[in-house]
Formats: sequence, structure tokens, C-alpha cells
Amino acid sequence: MILFLEKRANYSPLFSALSPVLALALTLIFGTIMFSILGVDPAKALYTYFVLPLTDAYLIEQIILKATPLILIAIGLSVCFRSGNWNIGAEGQYMIGGMFGAIIPVYFNDFQSPLLLPMMMIMGMIGGALFAAIPAFLKARFGTNEILTSLMLVYIAQQLVDWLVRGPWRDPQGMGFPGTKSFNESAILPELIPNGDAHFGTVFAVIVAIGVWFMLSKTLKGFEVTVLGECPRAGRFAGFSTKQMTIFAFLLSGALAGLAGIAEVSGSVEKLDDKLSLGYGFTAIIVAFLGRLNPLGILVAGLILALSYIGGEEAKIALQVSNRATNVFQGLLLFFVLACDTLIHYRIRLVTSSKAGGTG
Amino acid sequence: MVDSDDNNKELLSVSGITKIFGTLKANDNVDLIVNSGEIHALLGENGAGKSTLVKMLFGSLQPTSGTIVWRGNKVKISNPSAARILGIGMVFQHFSLFDALTVSENIALSLGDNIEMSALADKTRSVSQEYGLPLDPDALVGDLSVGERQRIEIVRCLLQDPALIILDEPTSVLTPQEANKLFETLERLAGEGRSILYISHRLEEVQRLCSRATILRHGKVVGACDPREETAASLASKMVGAEIDIVHREAGSDTGDILLKLNALTMPPATPFSMPLRGISLDLRAGEVVGIAGVAGNGQSELFDAISGEATQADSDAISINGIPSGRMGISERRNLGAAFVPEERLGHGAVPNFALSENLLLARHRSDKADFLGLGLLGMIKRSKVKILSRQIIEDMDVRKSGEDPAAAALSGGNLQKFIVGRELDRNPSVLIVNQPTWGVDAGAAARIRQALIDLAASGSAVMVISQDLDEIFEVSDRIAVISDGGLSEPEPAKNMTREKIGMLMGASHQNDVDTPNTLEATA
Repeated sequence: MILFLEKRANYSPLFSALSPVLALALTLIFGTIMFSILGVDPAKALYTYFVLPLTDAYLIEQIILKATPLILIAIGLSVCFRSGNWNIGAEGQYMIGGMFGAIIPVYFNDFQSPLLLPMMMIMGMIGGALFAAIPAFLKARFGTNEILTSLMLVYIAQQLVDWLVRGPWRDPQGMGFPGTKSFNESAILPELIPNGDAHFGTVFAVIVAIGVWFMLSKTLKGFEVTVLGECPRAGRFAGFSTKQMTIFAFLLSGALAGLAGIAEVSGSVEKLDDKLSLGYGFTAIIVAFLGRLNPLGILVAGLILALSYIGGEEAKIALQVSNRATNVFQGLLLFFVLACDTLIHYRIRLVTSSKAGGTG
Repeated sequence: MVDSDDNNKELLSVSGITKIFGTLKANDNVDLIVNSGEIHALLGENGAGKSTLVKMLFGSLQPTSGTIVWRGNKVKISNPSAARILGIGMVFQHFSLFDALTVSENIALSLGDNIEMSALADKTRSVSQEYGLPLDPDALVGDLSVGERQRIEIVRCLLQDPALIILDEPTSVLTPQEANKLFETLERLAGEGRSILYISHRLEEVQRLCSRATILRHGKVVGACDPREETAASLASKMVGAEIDIVHREAGSDTGDILLKLNALTMPPATPFSMPLRGISLDLRAGEVVGIAGVAGNGQSELFDAISGEATQADSDAISINGIPSGRMGISERRNLGAAFVPEERLGHGAVPNFALSENLLLARHRSDKADFLGLGLLGMIKRSKVKILSRQIIEDMDVRKSGEDPAAAALSGGNLQKFIVGRELDRNPSVLIVNQPTWGVDAGAAARIRQALIDLAASGSAVMVISQDLDEIFEVSDRIAVISDGGLSEPEPAKNMTREKIGMLMGASHQNDVDTPNTLEATA
């Protein structure tokens, strides 16, 4: 028995458009089954996950806070994925971005200037881009598999930041807790609404979404991204370079992940500590696909995934459900998004081995 | 073996077959009768429904309505293995062989389980000798010529002892000599009482080989005839439904300037299965069409990539366009020097299948027409309305038939897409045009139009190179003809001095030793 994936001659545009909705619905169905098995009332669980957070202004703000890095990272990933570069290491680029952006406030803790924040943001983007340049260069120069190299670099980033905040960068007055000195006032991103948790990074996310959407849909650069992703041979005929695109996509994606990292460090934690890595870089992969690799779609998808995080926190308190259930949810969602997309464009054919000669 | 008493009896009778794809009737009430022991031609333009019909006979597609009667019994052919069990075999135009496996391993893959490899090798050898299709069962497919690969497909088909063999454009990849051998084999198979359904657009072949022909146009049978009683022109007009314009060529004067110069162009093979280029030199002059004949896989696509700049050269002087050394330039810079390129593969090389025609126009013209198509700015904002206006213009000029305002490239038939791709380059009025297989898989009407456009371009003072495996085409368009074989190019000669036999000889020539000649080494150094 062999499984064949066969491209459908004509697929339904309706189903293609509805694919993310379909995936969400399937996730909810399987979530219901999962909660039943866990012995929790599924109706109550799903309510806690997906409705309750939307009834409370504080929780809505938390959703926006969570969605910000997811959206920023996912937009960068959408450019990578569209161009056929599989950057799985956004988590590492996010951390190195946070670390690079923290260099000035760590070494010049008293430096105050209106220019400080822009400098930190730019440093963060440079850090993320440089870290993403490693797998990009290895792929362009030696043809290494970027999935492996970018993923492995995540662990290096985690260890590096961990060492810094426990070693050379640790606050001597920090009672031994890992983490740098808290940043001064002018190194902290302004709040979105006064006295709230959400910060200015959300504005970056919206601006970046619109900017990248414009680039992808209206400019030759965006055309180049799509051509090389769809059909590298035709891209070469057009005079586009696959290698330069690999570098471009990784640098852009790394810079945006780095921006997300420093925005988080500066706007939310207000110092660099050992809890920066929360898996946003991986969750952003789901966000990118759920948003159909479209920056505007990613704005919505980022909010949905953030909702599942906040809902998971609520469920942990209200229902005593482990927040690993959230991970399962997110996994289910990615699985169904990819499965729906695949099955809308392809059909599965089972072929027994005696007929496996194909057409030839 | 087929019982020879069956001769001239109905083997296959198809009646009222209709196949509908969405709103398109690919086959409309088609009738076809194939008798035992006959070689029956299936003629028609691309998109006429030949492939659809044949796929239904081979079980890869199911008819919407109609019946298939096989040896007097109504049958349903639900998949290719059901077709094989009935005794229907097929040799495809594109081979499905694994380069890294041997001949007998490739054959074993299609036969299913429980096969003794040594017995299979013996059987392969005996069948191949019996039918004059010499094959070494232990040879690696990657090392074989295209003609030999086709023999594998035929032998693979014969091992299943079919009563009906369907061949789809079998000679498009063969030298004239190889094609002659194939015809002998086919005649012998017919003599044994096997039937052959022969799909081709080469009318001379059909006239030589076939005693009956069924002609399809727009999915319908428009006639049945004995091709031997027709002329090539009358057959062609039946296929197209109108008289085809005969390609008209004035004897050119080859005294123009050299617009493209290849100077001992040498390239190492890019992959283990690709061909190196061995010291290719050629002067392409204004006002002439040079035809490059050759059997597929002898370096044509490598030569195309080297000239287009998709593969660049270390030596800047290896290629000069309009007198400017351009060996190190990329394709966009070469285009800006006035060169234009039409690759062999339409979908996936010359065009992105899922992209609209206007986007595929932008694909090749974004640098040469930068001022028109792009706004200012680092990223280059696309002026879509301008691209669309020009795209519409090209569609009109080249008579591209399509459905919808700006359909995806993949939605067009091969001939119409090729007209668009050629038109996309002609519209620039390039001084040098390089075309690889311009009319491969293109219907007769579109092919004539494309060839005429190439000749007209040369007549207007451009230099045109046509790389083609189709000798009729080479003779139709060329002022001078050279032959590519084994990565080397023969000295181009005036077309009037060339004969098919001479080209056939040159096709078999080896250029392995050319690179060692001091002359060439000096030029590459």
C-alpha cells in the first residue's frame, strides 16, 4: 500500500478561502473530545478558553500584549515561507534581538535620551538579522538545510542569553536572581494606554503588517518573493537570484523577530532576564500559516493564538487544567491548518503495490 | 502472441465517448474503431482532445458517457492496470524512468511483485533483440540516449504482450535514423497482428506508416481518411479546419554584423546527468536564422542557459552580445543589451504556472521595461495597469486564445501560451533572439505563426537562433544549420547544402576530444 498525494485538477476557491475557519472548527471539535477525556465539561472549558477572555478589558489587553510579538515574528516568517526559505529559528532571532537591544541600557544604565529607544530598537533588529544571517549564509553558500541550522541556533541563543543574565550582565543588587539591572525610564517603550501592560510594540506590529503587505502585493520585491517561492527556475529566468532572496528573507525575518524581542524586553519586562524564551518564535509559525502568509491575515491570526494563550491561563486557574492543554490546542490548530490546505489542493489516493507501476 | 486470424477485425470500438471537464467538452461524442493488425493514426492539433481520448482508453481518465467495446465486449477501464490486463499498452511522450536504476530494474518496477531479476533480464534481452530494439538490461538509464530510453518504454510495454499499443508522439525525441528503426519495429508488430494507435502531428510519418487516420478537432471527430491518399497540406487543413499559412522565407543575405558571438564556449556539467559544453563557437549575424539541430539531451538546454546567462561563464569573452563581452553578465543585463530568450519549458521556466499572463509578462520584462512598468523607490512599485495594457496588446498581436480577462499561464493550451511567451519577447524587438524548441507540443496553426514571426524578426535585421529537435522546423526557418551533439557544435552550413542524412550523421558525432585540441584550449585560457 502506498499513499499518493495527487494534485486536484480544479479545487474549490470557496473551500480554499474557508480553510482557516475549517481548521479552527476542527480544532474546537477535537478540543471538545480532549476535554471530555480529561474529565472537564467541554462547554465550560471552551467558554473559558475562547469567550471569557474577551469579556474582560484587562484580559483583552493581555491578548494584545501577547499577540504583538507573535504578529511581528509571523510577518517576517511569511516573507521567508513565501520565498521558500524555511526559517524555523525565529525564537533564537527573537532572543538575540532582545539581547542586542539591551546592550546600551546594560552598559550605559544611566544614559537618558529621546534617541535611546530608537537606538535600542535598531540594535535589536540588527541583532536578530545578524543571527538569521548565519543559516541564510550557510544555505546560500554551502546549500545546508536551513530548517536544521536555524533550529539548532535557537538552543545556542537560549544558552547565550541564559549565561549573560546569570554571568556578566547580572544585576549585582539583584539578590542573586538572574537578570540585568532594570532599565531607566527613557529605555522603556511607552504604554499603549496609560498604566496598562500593553506597549508601543503593538503599533510597530500594525505598521509592519501594512508595510510588508504593501511590499508583497504591490512591489517588484514582493513579486520576486512569490516567483522564487513558487517556481525557482522561472525566477532565475526572470533574473532573480535564489541566493540573494534567501539572504533578504532571512535578514528581514530576523530583523522583525529581533524587533519583537527588544520590544518585549523594553516594553514588557523592562530588563533582560532568563524568561525571555516563551516559544513565541515557534507559535509564530502557526500564526503565519493560519494567517495564510498574508500580513493582514496574520494580524487576525496573532490575536486568535494570543487568545488561546490567555484562555489557557484562565483555564488553568478556573478548571485546574494543565496549561499544556494550550500547547495541544495550538498543535491541533497547526495540524488542521496544514491538513486543510493540503487536502483542498490535493487528494489522497491509496495504491496497492501490485498497481504501483503508475502510468509508465 | 495475438492470434493472426483476428486480422482486420474490430479490436477496439469506441462509440459516443464524451468527457466533460467543468464547462469544457474535451471529447464530444467521439467514435473510433481500431482493427486488429492496423496502424491507426490519431491526428489533431494540441487541445483537440487526443490525449483525453487516449487516457480514457488507458484507464487514467473515466468517460462522462459513451461506451468502449474491446474484442466484442463492453468494458469499463477503471485504471491503467485494468488496461494492461485487457491487453492495452501505452508508450508515453515523456518517459517515466529512474536515471539511477538499470534498464531491467526500471522494467521490474512496472511489472509488480515477485519477479526474478535474472529471468527478467533474460526476457528483456530476448524481447529487445526479437524486435530490433537492442538494449543492455544492466545499463544505467542515466547513461542511455533518449532513443534507447524510448526502447525501454516500448520493451516494457511489449513484455506485457499487448494487443493494442498506444504511442504518443514517439519520434519527437529521435534522430531520423532512429525514427526509421522505430517504424520498422512498428510495422513488424502490426504484421504480428497487434494494433497500434499512433498519435503524431508529423504528417509525413503518418502518411508513411498508417493506413487509416481519425482526425479530431475541438473534441469532435471531423473525419476519417486514408492518409496515403491525402497530401500533407490536405491533412493539416483537416486538423486545423482552415488552410494553414505556409511559412514564407526570402533567401536572406548573411552579410550583417555579428550580433551574437560564441567564442569557444565551454561549461562543465552542472549535475551528474547534464551535458558539458565543449568549445562551442558560432557567429550569429543580423538578418539570419541559424538552426541548431540535435537529438534531445545533447546539450541544448545547457547551451540555452549559457547564452541566456542563467548559467554565467568565468570568461567574459566566451559570449559577446552586440559586440559587448557578456560572459559574466546575468540574464537581466544580457536582456538590456538587446537579447531575448524563449526557453524550452513553458510552464515552470518561461512562465510561472499559477501566475496571470500579465504577471508572466512582468517576469521577463521587469528590467528591460523598468521605466514603463515600475515606479520609483527601492522596492519598485509595480504599475499593474501598464503591464496589463501591454499584455492585452501581445495577446491581440499573437492571436492568443484564452478564457477570462487575464488567466493563469497554466490555464492556456500549450500553443497559446507559447504564442504569448514568444510574443512577449518579439514585442521588444530584440536584436538577438534565442529560442529553444519554439513549437514543441504546439498545434500546427500556432507553430506556423510562431515560425513566421521568427523569420520576420530576422528579416527586420535581428539575429535569431532556433534550437530544435524538429528537422522539418529547422529546414523551414533556417538560413544556416549546425548540429549539436554530445555538447559540441558542428560548423554551421548554409541550409541549402544540408540534407537530413548529413544532419543524421552529425547528430551521432562525438566531440569528446574537441576540448583537448590546442586550438580550443588556447581560446578558453
